[in-house]
Amino acid sequence: MDLFALYPLLKAAWVVWFFALFSFILFRVLRPGRRQAYQMLADIPLRDEAPRARQPQRSI
Amino acid sequence: MPEGGHAASLAAQTGAWRQDSYVDGPIRAMAVATLFWGVVGFLMGVLIASQLAFPLLNLDLEWTTFGRLRPVHTSAVIFAFGGNALIGTSLYVVQRTCRARLFGGEEMGWFLFAGYNFFIVMAALGYVLGVTQGKEYAEPEWYVDLWLTVVWVAYLVAFGGTILRREEPHIYVANWFYLAFIVTIAMLHIGNNLALPLPGHAKSYGLASGVQDAMIQWWYGHNAVGFFLTAGFLGMMYYFIPKQAERPVYSYRLSIIHFWSLIFLYIWAGPHHLHYTALPDWAQTLGMVFSVMLWMPSWGGMINGLMTLSGAWDKLRTDPGLRFSVTAVGFYGMSTFEGPVMSVKAVNSLSHYTDWTIGHVHSGAMGWVGFITFGAMYWLVPRLWGRTELYSNKLAAWHFWVATLGIVLYITAMWVSGIMQGLMWRSYDELGFLQYSFVETVAAMHPYYVIRMLGGVLYLSGALLMVYNLWRTVTARAEEAPLAPPLPAAAAVPAE
Repeated sequence: MDLFALYPLLKAAWVVWFFALFSFILFRVLRPGRRQAYQMLADIPLRDEAPRARQPQRSI
Repeated sequence: MPEGGHAASLAAQTGAWRQDSYVDGPIRAMAVATLFWGVVGFLMGVLIASQLAFPLLNLDLEWTTFGRLRPVHTSAVIFAFGGNALIGTSLYVVQRTCRARLFGGEEMGWFLFAGYNFFIVMAALGYVLGVTQGKEYAEPEWYVDLWLTVVWVAYLVAFGGTILRREEPHIYVANWFYLAFIVTIAMLHIGNNLALPLPGHAKSYGLASGVQDAMIQWWYGHNAVGFFLTAGFLGMMYYFIPKQAERPVYSYRLSIIHFWSLIFLYIWAGPHHLHYTALPDWAQTLGMVFSVMLWMPSWGGMINGLMTLSGAWDKLRTDPGLRFSVTAVGFYGMSTFEGPVMSVKAVNSLSHYTDWTIGHVHSGAMGWVGFITFGAMYWLVPRLWGRTELYSNKLAAWHFWVATLGIVLYITAMWVSGIMQGLMWRSYDELGFLQYSFVETVAAMHPYYVIRMLGGVLYLSGALLMVYNLWRTVTARAEEAPLAPPLPAAAAVPAE
């Protein structure tokens, strides 16, 4: 099979790539056990003018 | 650790942070520019709505015709009012959520303020004098486009540089939306304005032509809606609604999914502006399908914004600024439902080129963009000038109801007018002839044009109330509106 025959398949592969990428984002955001960490991040605007200690970790 | 980071961590260790170490002067100027251009833009809207109802108001002068003043209106509300609001709030939000001083300092902030508003004035002069590319929402000619590119790159450097020097480990989601707005608008602006200027002339000719040019134009046009009027203002929503409600966003996880799904989908929706044209059918269908899919992330974001008030709904009674913000999210939900419906080809065959589209755009522009900005301004302006409260909550409440009534008049008039217009265009008699001439459809729309104009007058009146209220708030003497309690003394100031 040459590249010309593969061209239509490769041309459509971006759909699969974006689907896989979005699925990975969903998994990373929704995986169990991360609720508390995300709740802390949601507080950022509410403590942006108050003194605070550095957070222990860097996440997405 | 960068120098600014070291200074900031010192401040945190000693339990103090100087609010006045942030760059706020240019943001105050952008807030004033937002209010000024808002009034100008709404006034121009009322003027051109009046011209449609009463054509004599075109004055038979080339500079005051509808065709030249219409882009003055659209650019004044989108780029001048909306742009100053977005740049100003983004610089405010990024500094506070990153705990870092603006990259480039005061000088960068003032350059952005002056440079961006110079772009606005140059663009408007071109419209009135007839120097335009004739591309909707991208009317300015090449020399104005080049200047905007310089300013926009500086904006990206200032915003991105502030994020890079952040003390807060996480980049808060509002900054993601603002950054998507900045990066995508840069890409769209350059892509849609590739043109060859005539030597020694203000006139230029675009590189693309025909249906390719149309597709690039609406790739730009729809994503200007998606990334300027949606993503940017969602950044505003994700910061100011939690601040107004004094509670975190309902679901931070949902905000991240909202962001990525919106980013993935929006960029493909442009072809729905070219249904039943020379654009290939598959591309039209692609635009329609992606537009329908956009409904879900849009409503996810709407739910997230509204549910942030869970347990704090009572604040709506006492905080008119929050009332604006929450109503804006409601209009966001309504417009993002109506948009996908109108992108369906069968519906579009009736709605396209009619006033229904104008009504749809204005429910988004006046209801979503306008109201979320008003809500942010009512919260931000007193704080930027060190005031603890608004001059008058009652005036703000009047603004809310007058503006809401104005929007309702506007969009209902355009629904009736647009659907009637579409139905009249497609009516045939028993012999197969068109039942109505074009001028009959225009005459039938006249009452609705007058109602639309009155809606605009109400919206403008509300904005004038806001300007008066905020002006009195800022200029109030100390005994009338006491200054905010003094902040803790600073131990350190973050460095440039």
